[in-house]
Amino acid sequence: MLFQPAIIALLMAAGVAVLMLLAAAPFAVQVIRHWDIHSGSERQLALERRTYLFSTLLSFVMLAQLAALLLFVFNADRLSVMFVGAMCAVGTLNVNGYGFPSLIAQMAVFFLAAMWLAINHVDTQARDYPLVRIKYALLLLLLPVLAIGFWLEFQYFSALKANVITSCCGSMFSGEAKTIAAEASGLEPLPALWLFYTSMAAAIGVALWHWRRASRASGYLLALSSAGGFVAAITGVLSFISLYIYEHPHHHCPFCILKPEYDYQGYWLYIPLFVATAAGLGAGATQPFARVPSLAKIIPAISSRLSGVTAAGYILFTALATWFVLTSNLILIEH
Amino acid sequence: MIELSNIKKAFNQNQPNEYWALHGIDLSIEAGKVTAFRGPSGSGKTTLLTIVGCLSRPTSGRVRFKGEDISGLPERFLTDIRRQSFGFVFQQFNLIKGLSALENVILPAFPTGRPRSELVAKAGDIFDQLKLGHRSAAKVEWLSGGEQQRVAIARALINDPEVIIADEPTANLDTALSKEFMAILEGFTAAGKTVLLTSHDPLVVESSAVHRVVGMRDGRLTEA
Amino acid sequence: MRIWLEKQRHLIDFTLASLARRKTKNIGLLLAYTLLVFVLASLTLFTHALRSEATYVLAGSPEVILQRMVAGRHDLIPPGYLDNIGRIRGVQKKEGRLWGYYYDPVLNANYTFMARPADEVADGHIMVGNALARERGLDKHNTISFRSYSGKLFTFEVSAVLSPDSELLSADLVLLSENDFRSFFEYPAGHYTDIALSVANPQEVRTVAAKLASALPDSRPILREEVLRTYQSVFDWREGIVLTVLAGAILAFVILAWEKASGLSAEEKREIGILKAIGWETGDVIRMKTWEGLLISLTAFLLGFIAAYVHVFHFGAAIFEPVLKGWSVLYPKFRLVPTVDGLQIATLFFFTVFPYTAAVLVPIWRAAITDPDAVMR
Repeated sequence: MLFQPAIIALLMAAGVAVLMLLAAAPFAVQVIRHWDIHSGSERQLALERRTYLFSTLLSFVMLAQLAALLLFVFNADRLSVMFVGAMCAVGTLNVNGYGFPSLIAQMAVFFLAAMWLAINHVDTQARDYPLVRIKYALLLLLLPVLAIGFWLEFQYFSALKANVITSCCGSMFSGEAKTIAAEASGLEPLPALWLFYTSMAAAIGVALWHWRRASRASGYLLALSSAGGFVAAITGVLSFISLYIYEHPHHHCPFCILKPEYDYQGYWLYIPLFVATAAGLGAGATQPFARVPSLAKIIPAISSRLSGVTAAGYILFTALATWFVLTSNLILIEH
Repeated sequence: MIELSNIKKAFNQNQPNEYWALHGIDLSIEAGKVTAFRGPSGSGKTTLLTIVGCLSRPTSGRVRFKGEDISGLPERFLTDIRRQSFGFVFQQFNLIKGLSALENVILPAFPTGRPRSELVAKAGDIFDQLKLGHRSAAKVEWLSGGEQQRVAIARALINDPEVIIADEPTANLDTALSKEFMAILEGFTAAGKTVLLTSHDPLVVESSAVHRVVGMRDGRLTEA
Repeated sequence: MRIWLEKQRHLIDFTLASLARRKTKNIGLLLAYTLLVFVLASLTLFTHALRSEATYVLAGSPEVILQRMVAGRHDLIPPGYLDNIGRIRGVQKKEGRLWGYYYDPVLNANYTFMARPADEVADGHIMVGNALARERGLDKHNTISFRSYSGKLFTFEVSAVLSPDSELLSADLVLLSENDFRSFFEYPAGHYTDIALSVANPQEVRTVAAKLASALPDSRPILREEVLRTYQSVFDWREGIVLTVLAGAILAFVILAWEKASGLSAEEKREIGILKAIGWETGDVIRMKTWEGLLISLTAFLLGFIAAYVHVFHFGAAIFEPVLKGWSVLYPKFRLVPTVDGLQIATLFFFTVFPYTAAVLVPIWRAAITDPDAVMR
């Protein structure tokens, strides 16, 4: 099982990312210990030059992580044929206990990298690199997360054995099963709709407010509402949006909407959602530093721009979801 | 306009071949004037120019440009200032072979993101001023020495800098071309630009275009 | 935003001019890169096409095939077995099948003999697969004799040659009437080789199989989905093996990329120094070099992929055929259906562009931090 090309590719990508960050770790320690912006000594100049390497490295890791996330889900879908009872990606992920944790770890790495890049960007705009030590300390914290993600992925893939009976999305996402996913999809359409639209409206509202008048309070709220918006969006997909896209009252799978037979509608939904959430979290991540004098003007400007992205992304997501629902042939709610 | 306080610059710090190029320079440079630095090689003229022109940071000491302390600025901002306010003409010209004169001239403006058409138009103006219009499309390796120097000067002017820094500008030119160069210098002064240059050439140092001569030896100033 | 776009445009302009100026160095790398993409893409496209082919081919086969086992080995289905099954809900059709292997000493090959209803093949006639016909020089209305396992010679007239479109399935196939089959193999009357069942709802197949297994404990139900899984596994595994073998090639390429990116000539170093001296900062140089890498990657990927596509779908993947198709005397000639999908391309990206980018990241940075004041001297 381990010999499937996509699996090899995914493990290699994750492994390389971990190795890169590991190799960068000692330099990060050096930066934290010896950084002094006011010194013109050669060591300081060398440290400043090295910061460019880190930004480049982390941008690379983040992009690769995004691509890896897509490949992971695609591949899980493709592999579903190997497992008895698996109809799509959900079945593949359920083959052993590491599947879904691995997926969640990968999403976490993506969002954490986005937050780090936001902080990094803000820091480089200031004239005195005020956040340098914090930044590299955070980088050192990111390393174990990446390592855990790699470990989970490895465990998942190495334990993948074909012919193992697994549940398909039908039994995991049906109303009777007792998992959170089942809870989410077990909601009746009408309450699910209300929950979805109010949460999204809140997320969009906060994002727009912060876009207009960026402040620390609204920034923190933005991070919370973005995280909430993400959860609400996924719940919405599980509980009713997917039903309308499949035109089937019991097909709740969040991955099948990525398939060509559904016109790749999943991408139209997920890409704005992920970008919006990443931007919102990034904006929130910079807020703790808004009181630093050299960042006083910079952070509001940047975080309000990010907030604009968040608002746009969530609006697009909600609009598209609504359109898919309205143009679907399925009728769940009589009126 | 440019103030240097106790500037020191070292190379290969904390290594056996540690070398201090500047030993504490205090200098004030006036705007709108031509200042020439004179001294033997190894005196630190070029190092001083790189610090004044935001090409490198001093190991210790302060540099103030138009009142702002730029010695502790990260590279990104230093480069920004340098791009906007300083234009360099190197002794070796340092044009990029394989590119045309026009391409070389608009190169410094690339990071600014100004549209190409705007840059080409501006380069055209400068070429006309320097009488190079007919050679703008030629590859730089085919240009004569004098033409190459004028391209180098044109390149220094593309971002409309306030300060021109020229390192040994007449070292590779004959008398006629040197005189031409001094005339261009006078044009800069007339336009209100500040000029800093280093030279051994008496034609330059003793010319009427130069308002002030600063002597250097062993990393220290000799005459102010 | 516009400023950012214009800036990228400028950087790309410079990159293109820069690549053109150093043609020899870059051509070498581009060739190696393209070759790598070509080899990997050929591999992926070919195995994927084979996998798809297997899926299409199996689409027409019955959902469940029931075999009888005696002491762990496949045995014949006795008369009346069929009726013991009775009515199982979900089973649309069940029919007994008659087939077996015949060893032909002329070609040293095994043929599959299969009985078909009288309206398809008449007594005394056979239909043969295209590969078989080709190898034995058979055509419609030719006659051919086979010596049965009991030593008797049987002569048949070829009534039709099966279409080359089905060659993957029918390469070694000989179709004959039930009577002929039974007399040729001296098959016990009323016995069948196995039973084919059609189940309409794919979700019920396992339930049906379970019911069969409990109703007939000496039977072995073989599910189509299991066969499909096995084929997928085999092709995956084969692809993985070849890929592992090629890992050395990928590593060599990565080292080459690293070397090329790190080995800046004095001229190149000088150029970067000049750029930094005239107003480019480290970030700009990194961006420019990244564009360089991207342009090379995209060109190599496009060229390599297109070449691989032509190689696989027009030339039948001559390089990989033996390893991936498996060993056989009678090779079916079949045209692969061109299939390209996102997963393949994404995986390909991860095996080529990703290692390349990772390899040149640090060299790019090292080049970009060149000190500008070195240029002053």
